[in-house]
Amino acid sequence: MTSIAVSTTINGDDVEFLCRADETLLDVLRNRLGLMGAKEGCGTGDCGACSTIMDGRVVCSCLVLGAETEGREIETIEGMANGSDLHPLQSKFIEHAALQCGVCTPGFLMAAKALLAAHPDPTEKEIRFWLAGNLCRCTGYDKIVRAVQDAAAEMRGEGT
Amino acid sequence: MSFDATYKEKKLKSVGTRPLRPDGVDKVTGRARYGADFNMPGQLVARVLRSPHAHARIMRIDVSRAVALKGVKAVITAADLPDLTNGNAALYAILDNCMARTKAFYDGHAVAAVAAIDAKVAREALKLIEVEYDVLPHVVDVDAAMAPDAPLLDENLFTQGIDPAPTTPSNVGNRSEFGHGDVESGFAKADVIVERSYKTEQTHQGYIEPHACVASCNVDGTAEMWVCTQGHFVYRQTCADLLGLEVSKLRVTSSEIGGGFGGKTHVWAEPLALALSRKAGRPVKLVMSREEVFRASGPTSQTSIDVKIGATKDGKITAALATLRYSSGPYADSWAETGAMTSFACYDLENVKTVGFEVIVNRPKVAAYRAPSAPMAAFAVESAIDELAHKIGMDSVELRIKNAASEGSRSSYGPIYGPIGIGPTLEAARTHPHMSAPLGKNQGRGMACGFWFNFGGQTCTDLNISADGTVTLAVGTVDVGGSRASLSLIAAEELGISYDDVKAVIADTSTLGYNDMTDGSRGTFSSSMATISAARNAIVTMRERAALMWDIPVEDVAWEEGHAKAVGASYDNRAPLSVKDIAAEAGNTGGPIAGHSELVADGAGVSFGTHICDVEVDPETGATRVIRYTVIQDAGKAVHPAYVEGQYQGGAAQGIGWALNEEYVYGADGRLQNPGFLDYRIPVCSDLPMIDTQILEIPNPNHPYGVRGVGETSIVPPLAAVANAVSDAVGVRMVHVPVSPPRILAALNAKAKG
Amino acid sequence: MRYERPGTIEDAVAMLAQASGRSFVLAGGTDLLVRMKSDDFDADLVVDIKAIPGMDEIAETADGFAIGAAVSCAELAENSALVSAWPGVVEAANLIGSTQIQSRCTMTGNLCNASPAADSVPALVAADARVRVIGPNGTRTISAQNIPVGPGKTSLEKGDIIDAILLARPQPRSGDAYLRFIPRTEMDIAVVGVAVNLTLGADGSVQTARVALGAVAPSVILSEEAARTLIGTKLEAAALGALEAACSAASIPIDDKRGTVAFRKQVAGVLARRAARIAYERAGGK
Repeated sequence: MTSIAVSTTINGDDVEFLCRADETLLDVLRNRLGLMGAKEGCGTGDCGACSTIMDGRVVCSCLVLGAETEGREIETIEGMANGSDLHPLQSKFIEHAALQCGVCTPGFLMAAKALLAAHPDPTEKEIRFWLAGNLCRCTGYDKIVRAVQDAAAEMRGEGT
Repeated sequence: MSFDATYKEKKLKSVGTRPLRPDGVDKVTGRARYGADFNMPGQLVARVLRSPHAHARIMRIDVSRAVALKGVKAVITAADLPDLTNGNAALYAILDNCMARTKAFYDGHAVAAVAAIDAKVAREALKLIEVEYDVLPHVVDVDAAMAPDAPLLDENLFTQGIDPAPTTPSNVGNRSEFGHGDVESGFAKADVIVERSYKTEQTHQGYIEPHACVASCNVDGTAEMWVCTQGHFVYRQTCADLLGLEVSKLRVTSSEIGGGFGGKTHVWAEPLALALSRKAGRPVKLVMSREEVFRASGPTSQTSIDVKIGATKDGKITAALATLRYSSGPYADSWAETGAMTSFACYDLENVKTVGFEVIVNRPKVAAYRAPSAPMAAFAVESAIDELAHKIGMDSVELRIKNAASEGSRSSYGPIYGPIGIGPTLEAARTHPHMSAPLGKNQGRGMACGFWFNFGGQTCTDLNISADGTVTLAVGTVDVGGSRASLSLIAAEELGISYDDVKAVIADTSTLGYNDMTDGSRGTFSSSMATISAARNAIVTMRERAALMWDIPVEDVAWEEGHAKAVGASYDNRAPLSVKDIAAEAGNTGGPIAGHSELVADGAGVSFGTHICDVEVDPETGATRVIRYTVIQDAGKAVHPAYVEGQYQGGAAQGIGWALNEEYVYGADGRLQNPGFLDYRIPVCSDLPMIDTQILEIPNPNHPYGVRGVGETSIVPPLAAVANAVSDAVGVRMVHVPVSPPRILAALNAKAKG
Repeated sequence: MRYERPGTIEDAVAMLAQASGRSFVLAGGTDLLVRMKSDDFDADLVVDIKAIPGMDEIAETADGFAIGAAVSCAELAENSALVSAWPGVVEAANLIGSTQIQSRCTMTGNLCNASPAADSVPALVAADARVRVIGPNGTRTISAQNIPVGPGKTSLEKGDIIDAILLARPQPRSGDAYLRFIPRTEMDIAVVGVAVNLTLGADGSVQTARVALGAVAPSVILSEEAARTLIGTKLEAAALGALEAACSAASIPIDDKRGTVAFRKQVAGVLARRAARIAYERAGGK
């Protein structure tokens, strides 16, 4: 078996790893790099629990081969907080009780971060459709949507 | 130490506030460790081989080629799990479900398992296992399984609960009956009778985290397991029983749990991981795929229910009758019995009878799903009540209020109710603005009530006071939805300290006494009871320590607002001692300060809810959107209201999914057609509106703060509330859940044809 | 499995042509990686075409648009010229999967996956899209309609790669639209999909029409009967009624986990009527 050597950027750091051709980015993050924040809820792109941001776009890391990330820039949940300062989305999720079991939370946060980068002032409908690829079975989404709205307002400097 | 759990009204400082949850930062930074996020040195990867047949006798299994594959460290079959169940049928069902012994009973039933050095080798090894099946006729539908000519799953199953006992076997495991009065005479007094048959399809809990565990068996008979579960003590007991381990030598640690909803109350593959580890002599990690989760874990029952309700013209129900058939997978259980108990629990009835039939089919073994069995019964009954109201020409809320149970009512399943919330939730619904909001074209409104028992059970808690006066609370009920926050509030309240000074953790099975699992909405109810008890015990100790510090009799030391106070004129100048003051001196006054509690939490208050739902239906396609939804439920006392709201909203969302789209679809071959999130359609964010909540607080007399369980009742009304709303929108009574677009369009077409 | 990332189309074609065993082109991977998850699926060679220059570009020419095979569907929506020219095609492509899927999935992949329910395919067929195929024997341009021939099967031969989808510059007074039915609001596979592309005459009546139906047959249906019901009309009620009936009649679906025969046939007609109205308005019809 021949492994592939990959050089990529993860959360701003240069990272090199070896992987088999059939390993996904999710496999690499979890099993080779110890970045377990991305979860495998389905492995087929239906739940969004493994969402990461690749070159500025949110993707399911279960649907990206590790080998494909050569030269790319990857952001994961582990890089979302700035040191000990939580990202506004992270704070608002806790504040609004937007998580119960929390297993979908990293994926929601990555998807919401990409949303607010593209649409700083999204409507409720835009939030709901953007996040439709992230399944949550605990909350009924109500508090998640409110947390994203509140974080967006804070990031726009509107305060709460 | 005796513990007085009686409710006493008092002003609460911490309970009822909304502090940040203690596990929040871990969960938003990706640091929280779930079932699959744990590794052990030298760990192997396990995979399970599953039957492709719905019903087949296993003639031969040859694992020799898999064993010979380089990198394979163990292969097991049922032969590696000898039957140690000693005639315990429930335990045998779990054993047989974990690994088929003589027959595969459903598509996805485990027949062998491997442990290998990595996932790739394990996958190859599965392909090298040869299984010879004798495929048998199968039956997956609950009604078809009751037909006289249905294929039999178990030739030795004779229906229990029938007198005289039947002499021929069938797929009906047992019959149960509840009620009182005489329904026939009640129907004779009725002016109006509604009689209808309903069906609900099988659904899955749909937790986002698949089952996962890491198991390690040692040659000295000790073992460890890390696992996502709702009850690590129960998993320990079951696994020890099945594998012949000594219970106390198996240490089980519960991971963070990525959703359970009842589906993580049973063991599925955990005994296999232990057996593989025992055989391989190395730790083994077993993570189910999403497909395995759907094919081989936890669905609810498919049901078929007949309801007959009679009432006088002025809306007084004179008799109510329900016959309920619940599928239970291949092993008889008691799902129909629970359905029969809950059916008419919301109402005060003179004549009521419910009969449940437990039906075995070639589907996965049914597991609890949030108020198990109640949503289907409520769908049938609340649909019939809705129709009755229409038939009488009475407002459906008024009809329900007129017949609602109240304190002193005899419930349809037997007990006499104490103070309950069905009446108040209905009154709240009547006056809620949602109820009178105008509806647009193609829109409809429905409402429905729901009931759940709630459960208490065995509970054990340790409360340790550190030298700095902060508190560690070790509980044994897994936190499925924020109970560490609510229990910290309880400890803070009882001790009179700040929420921030309490840290709640879930202890493993070796560091705390036995706890029943987190089910029956018991997590916060029972562990709060044990926490209050432990805190009171700690206060006894702290009073003693204060007495020592002051050198006065302990009888002269009172506990008020988090402080020991010397009572009496002679102690005037003594400043009260805080928890911190007392803790700082603990080393000089007798050592560590702790409070412990072991109890059976009796008196879980029953819970009621009323839901209101608006839908809009596209009459040309049957597409249905929920456009407004309101949950009104009695919490007894909302300890952390944000997480109570979360339970209400989450249960409603699951119920809406069940009502509209979720269902197991089987092919003619008995194989599950939609074992994935793509085609098992749980609600996505854009499917739902905001879900409004109204928390009522009718104190539970059997809890010091009046707390009731809140986790489950919220899934009970939505099936009926949604179906009633759709029926209202389209003008046709919808009797088959999910009310999916093809079913709605077919009903509309039938109506158009007359 | 071997993973290759060639830098030229020639190298990619050669790798695929010379491969023994099962080989696949990888662009967005949103179908291929799902299949790889299955225990019953093995790939021997995966050729990632994203490093080939031009594959990730939307080229606007005098004739129209050439959409590179690795252009994600999200990028389609960000190209205002394309959105304005072919709104139906872009909205169809944008219906595929979630935000996450949109970041990766491609129309060429949607076409080559040959699912009967592919969202972008009816829209491409209604738009009379062509594809440029580069193979061991050179380059050829064929109709997109001819690529899928049945569930999971294409007319492409060993070594063939589609490098671009070609859309003509739309005629004046024309418009296209795509509607699909799914039970939820997102994330489902189409139960029925209908695309309509209309060109109007100066008087506002329909001059040419193309009506394509998805998820109601083993592969996309371009229904001439349905198109004929609209020619010469201004989408009066009678014409729309005839369109609805023609689309229902043209549908030859199956019962499966996603829908029933009766439902699909009925809803195909409903969606055709609605899509036709949208296309008509986009074409400037009143």
